[in-house]
Amino acid sequence: MTTVVRHRLFWPLAMLVSLLVGNLFFTPDFFAVEVRDGHFYGALFDILRQGAPLLLVALGMTLVIATGGIDLSVGAVVAISGALACQQISGLGDQGAVGGVLFAVALALLLCAGLGLWNGFLVGVVGIQPIIATLILMIAGRGVAQLITDGQIINVNSPPYKAIATGFLLAVPVPIIIAAALVAIVAVVTRRTAFGMLLESVGGNAGASRLAGIRSRRLIIIAYVACAVCAGVAGLMVSSTVSSADGNNAGLLIELDAILAVVIGGTSLLGGRFSIAGTVIGAILIKTLDTTVYTIGIPPEVTLLFKAVVVVILCLVQAPAFRARFTRRQPAEVARA
Amino acid sequence: MSETEPVLVMRGIGKRFPGVVALDGVDLRLFPGEVHALMGENGAGKSTLIKVLTGAYHHDQGDITLGGEQVAFAGPHQAQQAGISTVYQEINLCPNLSVAENVLIGRSPTRFGRIRWSAMRRRAEDLLARLHLSIDVGSDLGTHSIAVQQMVAIARALDVDAKVLVLDEPTSSLDASEVDQLFRVMRGLKDEGIAILFVTHFLDQVYEIADRMTVLRNGRLVGEFRTAELSQLDLVAAMIGKELAALEDIEEAPRREVAALERGTPIVSAETLGRTGAIAPFSLAIHKGEVVGLAGLLGSGRTEIARLLFGADRADQGRLRVDGAPVAFRGPQSAMRHRIAYCPENRRTDGLVEDLTVRENIILAMQAARGWARPVPRGRQDELVARYVKALDIRPADPELPVRNLSGGNQQKVLLARWLITEPKLMILDEPTRGIDVGAKAEIQRLVVELSDGGMAVLFISAELEEVLRLSHKVAVLRDRRLVAELENTDGLDTDRVMAAIASGGAA
Repeated sequence: MTTVVRHRLFWPLAMLVSLLVGNLFFTPDFFAVEVRDGHFYGALFDILRQGAPLLLVALGMTLVIATGGIDLSVGAVVAISGALACQQISGLGDQGAVGGVLFAVALALLLCAGLGLWNGFLVGVVGIQPIIATLILMIAGRGVAQLITDGQIINVNSPPYKAIATGFLLAVPVPIIIAAALVAIVAVVTRRTAFGMLLESVGGNAGASRLAGIRSRRLIIIAYVACAVCAGVAGLMVSSTVSSADGNNAGLLIELDAILAVVIGGTSLLGGRFSIAGTVIGAILIKTLDTTVYTIGIPPEVTLLFKAVVVVILCLVQAPAFRARFTRRQPAEVARA
Repeated sequence: MSETEPVLVMRGIGKRFPGVVALDGVDLRLFPGEVHALMGENGAGKSTLIKVLTGAYHHDQGDITLGGEQVAFAGPHQAQQAGISTVYQEINLCPNLSVAENVLIGRSPTRFGRIRWSAMRRRAEDLLARLHLSIDVGSDLGTHSIAVQQMVAIARALDVDAKVLVLDEPTSSLDASEVDQLFRVMRGLKDEGIAILFVTHFLDQVYEIADRMTVLRNGRLVGEFRTAELSQLDLVAAMIGKELAALEDIEEAPRREVAALERGTPIVSAETLGRTGAIAPFSLAIHKGEVVGLAGLLGSGRTEIARLLFGADRADQGRLRVDGAPVAFRGPQSAMRHRIAYCPENRRTDGLVEDLTVRENIILAMQAARGWARPVPRGRQDELVARYVKALDIRPADPELPVRNLSGGNQQKVLLARWLITEPKLMILDEPTRGIDVGAKAEIQRLVVELSDGGMAVLFISAELEEVLRLSHKVAVLRDRRLVAELENTDGLDTDRVMAAIASGGAA
C-alpha cells in the first residue's frame, strides 16, 4: 500500500480519478460510451479529443523542461502552424485534394521544426536563458502568423483537413489516435534509446554532464525542435476544428496550461527527471477540469477563479512538504506520549 | 573539569529511512568548553545524527536534552534559536550576495524596516575579525575561495548566540595554514564555554583539537572516549570494526619501484602547455603504467592542469601529444576519444548527476561517447554495473538507487566506475580520497596501484603528500599556478623534500 502511495504518479492520478468521480455525481451518465454510426461518443471521448492539442504541446514541453529550459513560444507556433496550413489549402484549386492537404500539413510542420531550431540555437548555441530566448518567438511568432494570414482569418472548406480534428479511424476520434501515436513515439525514442537519460543528465547537472563527455548542445536543440513540431501538430488540430486559421487567438495562453500539465505530472521545472505518463495525466486532468466547469454549471464569471482554486489545491496535495505537515508531527507526538 | 554537566545530551536516538536503519540507539553528550569529535566511516550515521541534532530530521526514538530541558525541534530554525549552530559540509551560502549580507542574512540590522548598511558592514567586519579574516565585506562571496567561504559560514553561525557549534567537515577544503587558523578560532570559542561538535576524516586533526570523541559504526554507538585515552590505531579499529592488518598492509606498502617502470613513448605529454590566467606553461610526460602525483597547495594549479589535459578548458599555449601525435582537444569528448578519463575534484557539482540512479551514473560516460541513438543494451549495462559495484564494493549494492542516497565514499566509487568501464589509457584522479573514510580510502589507493600495474597511466592529485608519495612514480610539484619541480620518487624522496620544493619554489 505505501509503495502505491509513494509512486510519483499516485497523487496526480488520484486527483484525476476524484475529478472524474466528482463529475459522475453531477452527470450520472458521465462515463457512458455511446456507439453512433459506428463511432464512439461520450464525455470521456470528448475530454480526450478536445484535450489532444494541449496534450501534444505538453508532451513537447516535457522534453524542454527536462533540459532545465522552458518554451514560451508554443502558443505562437500553434498559430503559425494552423495559419500556414490554411493559407496553403485556401490556395488549392481543389481543397478536397488529399495530396494538396498533405503537402500543406508537411510544409507547416517543416516551418515549425525550423522555429524549434531557432529556439534551440538561441538556447543551446548562443546561450540565452530559455525564458528570454523563447519569449522572442512568443511575441514575434504572432506577427509571423499575422503575416501569413495577411491579418485576416482564413477560412477553408477542406474535408481532408477537417478530418484531422473531427474524423474517426476505427471508430476512434482521429485526434486521440494522433496524440496517442506521438506519445508512443516520444516514449519510445526517449526510453528505448539513451536520449531520455542524457536529457535528464543535462537537465540535472549541466556541468557534470559536460565533463562526462555529453554534447548537450545537440540534445537541447533536438528537444526544442521536438517541442515545436508537437506544437505544430496541435496547431493543425486547433485550426482543423474550426476550419479556419486565426493568427491572433489560436493557441493563446496554451503554453501556461502545458507548463502546468508538465508540473502536475511530476516533472520539476528545474530540469532532470521527467515523466511522460505524468504529463499525459496532467494534460487530461486540466481538460477534465475545463469540462467539469461546464458540467457542474459554474457561472462564467467565476470560472477562472474556480480553476485557480482547484489548481492550488492540486499543487498543495502533490507537494511532499505540504503533506508532511499533516503526517510528520504525529509519530513524534506518539513517541513522546 | 572532570564531570561538569553536559550542555547537550542525546539518548537512545533512532532514525529509520525506508528500508534503512540509519541510527539505532545512539547516545551523544557535549560538554561546555570542549571540542567533541564525531567519528565514523562514511555511512556510519554521522550526518544523520547531526541532522537530528539540528532539527533537519525528526528522530523516531530517543530524546534530546539541551541545558537540562527536553527539547524537540521542528526545524533547523528552532534549533538555531535554542543555541545550536551548524556549519554544514556543503556551504549553504549565496555566492551572488556580498560577504556582509551572507554573514547577517535574515538578521540584518534595521531601522524602521530599512536595512542599515553601514551598521551591517561594521558588524560583519567585527565578526570576521574574530576569525582573523580581513576581506572586503562588500565584495561578492562567490569571488572568494572555498576556504574563505567556509570561514564566512562559520562567522555566520557564530553570530547567533551559540551554546553548541556543529562543524561538519569544516577542514576538508582548507590548506594547512587555514586549518591552523580555524583551530585557533575553535580554541577561542572553547574558552568562551561553547561546546563544539567536530566532524572530520582527518585523524591527525582530531588528536590535535578534540578533547573527547564519540565513535559510530553502521548506525550504532561504538563508544565515547577521551582522546588522550584512545590511540589512533584503536580509533581506526573502532571505526572500521575489523582487523587492522589489512589497513596496515596499505599504510606500510613499499614505495613504488621506479626502476621497474619502462618509459617508452609517453601516453600523454604536454609541451609548454598553458592557459593564461589558469596555469603557466608546463611540460609533463605520463607513460604507460606510470602514476604521476601532483603535489601543491590548494589553488596552486593542480586542477587547472587536469582540466587542460582532459580538454575541459582549452589551452592557449603549447602543445599536447597523445602517443606521440599532436592533438588539439575541443572538449572533453575529444579527450575521451583518446581514452583519457577525469574524475573531478568536486564530485557533487562536477561529477555526479544526483537525480540519476547509480546505474545511469556509471553508464553515463560510455553512453555519451556512443551518442544517444546507440544505447548501451540493458543487459550489457546491468552486467557492467554489477561487475563494478562488486569490484569496487559500492554499498548499498542496488544499482537502481538514486546516487544522491549514497555516502561520499560510495559516490566516489560510482564516479570511478563510470570511467573504468570506458577502459581509459590515462585516468586523471583529482582528490579522489578527499572527504571519504579510511576504509574507502585504502580501497581507492589499492585500486590505483592495481590499475597502474595493469598498464593504465594515472595522474593522481591529492593534498595529502603521504598518499601522493606512496602511490606515485614521479611527483610534479606546483606552486602559484606554475609547475616548479619534477621529482623522481626514489629512496631519498620524502614529504619534507616535497614540502621544501613547494615552499622554495623548486630549488630543492
